[in-house]
Amino acid sequence: MNAIENVSRRTFLKGVAATGTFALALQLDPLARLNPFAPVAQAPAAVGPTLSPNLFVSIDTAGTVTIIAHRSEMGQGVRTSVPMILADELEADWSRVKIAQAVGDKKYGNQYTDGSRSIRHNYDRMRQFGAVARTMLEQAAAKKWGVYSAECKGQNHRVVHVPTGRSFGYGELVETAATLPVPDVMAVALKDPKDFRYIGKPMTSVDFPDMVTGKATYGIDVRLPGMKYAVVEHCPVTYGKVKSFDPSEALKVPGVEKVVEIPQTQPPIVFNTLGGIAVIATNTWSAEQGRKKLKIDWDYGPNVVYDSATFRRDLEQAARADAKIVREEGDVKAALAAADKVVEATFYVPHFAHATMEPPAAIAHVKDGKCEVWSSCQDPQAARATVAGAIGMDEANVTSNVALLGGAFGRKSKPDFAAEAAILSRQLGVPVRVTWTREDDIQHAYYHTVTAQYIKAGLKDGKVTAWQHRSVFPTIWSTFEKDDPGYGNKIELSLGFLDLPYAIPNICLENGQAKSHVRIGWLRSVNNIPHAFAQNTMANMLAVAAKRDPYEFLLELIGPDRVVDLSTADYWNYDQTYDEYPIMTERLKRVLRVAAEQSGYGQKLGPREGIGLAVHRSFTTYVATAVKVKVGNDGKVAIPRVDVAVDAGRVVNPDRVKSQMEGASIYGLTAAAFSEITAEKGRIKQSNFNDYPMARMGNSPREIRVHIVDANEFPPGGVGEPGTPPLAPALTNAIFAATGKRILELPITKSQLSV
Amino acid sequence: MAVSLSVNGKSYSVDVPPQVPLLWVLRDVVGLTGTKFGCGMALCGACTVHVNGVAQRSCVLPVGAVKGPVTTIEGLSASGNHPLQKAWIAANVPQCGYCQSGQIMQAASLLARNPKPSDADIDAAMAGNICRCGTYTRIRAAIKDAAGVKS
Repeated sequence: MNAIENVSRRTFLKGVAATGTFALALQLDPLARLNPFAPVAQAPAAVGPTLSPNLFVSIDTAGTVTIIAHRSEMGQGVRTSVPMILADELEADWSRVKIAQAVGDKKYGNQYTDGSRSIRHNYDRMRQFGAVARTMLEQAAAKKWGVYSAECKGQNHRVVHVPTGRSFGYGELVETAATLPVPDVMAVALKDPKDFRYIGKPMTSVDFPDMVTGKATYGIDVRLPGMKYAVVEHCPVTYGKVKSFDPSEALKVPGVEKVVEIPQTQPPIVFNTLGGIAVIATNTWSAEQGRKKLKIDWDYGPNVVYDSATFRRDLEQAARADAKIVREEGDVKAALAAADKVVEATFYVPHFAHATMEPPAAIAHVKDGKCEVWSSCQDPQAARATVAGAIGMDEANVTSNVALLGGAFGRKSKPDFAAEAAILSRQLGVPVRVTWTREDDIQHAYYHTVTAQYIKAGLKDGKVTAWQHRSVFPTIWSTFEKDDPGYGNKIELSLGFLDLPYAIPNICLENGQAKSHVRIGWLRSVNNIPHAFAQNTMANMLAVAAKRDPYEFLLELIGPDRVVDLSTADYWNYDQTYDEYPIMTERLKRVLRVAAEQSGYGQKLGPREGIGLAVHRSFTTYVATAVKVKVGNDGKVAIPRVDVAVDAGRVVNPDRVKSQMEGASIYGLTAAAFSEITAEKGRIKQSNFNDYPMARMGNSPREIRVHIVDANEFPPGGVGEPGTPPLAPALTNAIFAATGKRILELPITKSQLSV
Repeated sequence: MAVSLSVNGKSYSVDVPPQVPLLWVLRDVVGLTGTKFGCGMALCGACTVHVNGVAQRSCVLPVGAVKGPVTTIEGLSASGNHPLQKAWIAANVPQCGYCQSGQIMQAASLLARNPKPSDADIDAAMAGNICRCGTYTRIRAAIKDAAGVKS
């Protein structure tokens, strides 16, 4: 038995399967394999024995280190940030590190790239995996020199014998290291953070060179020999069914080869296809032209009643009526009765669609009892399971490859489009790519929910003594359970609602019932968007009512330094224990202070100029945003600058933290100022960027300055999402400061304003 | 019916109806996938290529109407060393990267006719290109860097 087999067998027995590096790297690198511009030659050319102490890292005798990226790249830089943690502990030279993308497989643990959790969930384990490999190389050097391994130190791709200064390159040690037992991950020594080589330093993304030259391969780009191109017509009303269809005109379109019905999924829909009529052609455009000629008779079903105007009235009515109490402290009713001043408001935040620049797309090839699928998916394990279910195949026979994601924002957590490709490939016997057009994407999303909120708060002697807040919204769980639960799930209620961080003696939080008429899903920051909007707006309204400066008032409202006591709530802390990631008011106040100071808050501004502030903790990270505006008499809002202060605990790649805050601010701006999804007779009225507009360069902030607060003593927090929620209330508070106009609903276009 | 096409200095004869948009000929027939599909209505700029050196939205340009050589992101420079490509990496512009082919092609067209653009010139030229990740401030900085214009 050679060294590779020894290591593989041992690690397999430890429950961490591994194979020879060369085969593994090829198998796991669909981008290198399929992209004609990134041929196999880019994969590590391993020869001879390799050191593969765990699934995530291997080193060959040439010294090339291959690190497996097991999470999906969608703009957050994860294919760089997670591997660089491992490389740091390994003391690898980054220029000699290759990244290989993992397929969907439970052996990697959780691959679900969502919830701003990639760094949180992988920081410790990637350090351990890297340290294991470094330790083995150090032990191998000690063995070769006949010295104590404590005298040997991994250092920038070499092991140095400290007393004598002699050294071996990592590649030279692989053969010996591969014969050693793999140490226990819990037992290996980790580096002192002061010695970090990459962690905490701005690192450029491994994918940028391909991204700027057109070589990067996204899900929509993967090409297979003999492939066909499909588009699918879904019922304009959610969960409607095909009664009958006539394909004859579609089949006359040059290039169209087949028209196929995809059966509807029985509820709950989960990640499965909506069903519909697929047009398959020799190119995407012909498929689309054919689809326009389809004659389909739909049974629209019960959701044809969905009308956003009526629904809003019902939702707001529910928000103003007594509802289910989900957190209660003190006696809100008594405190409101005793208050000097009572402030109340109803807030409305509409549906949003993710509108990823790359619309959902996947290619599948079902052949000889196996299925291989490539998709832009946030969770290749979910894609694997969904595809297997859709075509009645054992999961073991489905290979779920991950291409780059052209934006995701939660949409690509739901691999319904991959299931469609697999269903069609099984039927046609050739590789089939399904492309969703922009219209498909916007009209059949897993929408961000629509929320009405009511807040009534009481002031006594200038202090807030009562806070009653109701939130009513269709629940995500209506997409996942057979019967619509009506009430919000514990997770949704935990997103900026149950975790109210204000020091108020009398609190009552309530959740009302709402029915779902479309697929409700999660979109970047999820319910934190409406909740942060309502909370931060009400805090500003109370400051005004108390004739106080909103910034000083908000600091006071957050109150003394403490861990927020959530013992009266059934709180979900983003998959972390509350002990490890408590809500600390000093961290909340610190980011607020930094944002205020950096923005120049308090300085004299010109006419119709204003700075608005908002602060919100989500995904275990604290973010405060200061938006500066100048509002024209015509209602046109210019945003010269946004300052974002972020405390994300331990930071791995500060440049990507900054870019995520910049991007989240723009994402928040689109939600706040540009777009909403509405339904009429069950149909979504918006269809493309003309009626679902996005922030563009000219109407985005001229400058976004991100201030990372040093909090490296705390464990890493989420980064992808927490920048979004504070943008809207900071913007609307700024507009109030500039004009006195109070905005209680999004987007601000409904208040005769535009950015 | 065959349509003749010059893409990145190479000649192609493609057997497609002349009304097929250039985008789909490039992606599905020629096999150059660097040019992206975003909206199909010239609303987002992801599909931007050059025809005769000028930025065009390939998603609404029938291949039969293409009069002149086409340059795609793959052909912008020989080895990814166009000043904009270098500036893009130096400023760590991309996030997901999907729209960046179109952004770079649009910016290259701008700099070709206006080597020292003002902020207003940049805003006007880039107004048709959406980046959902929100990289606009870095795009503007990278264009100015490539043009040698002070930020």
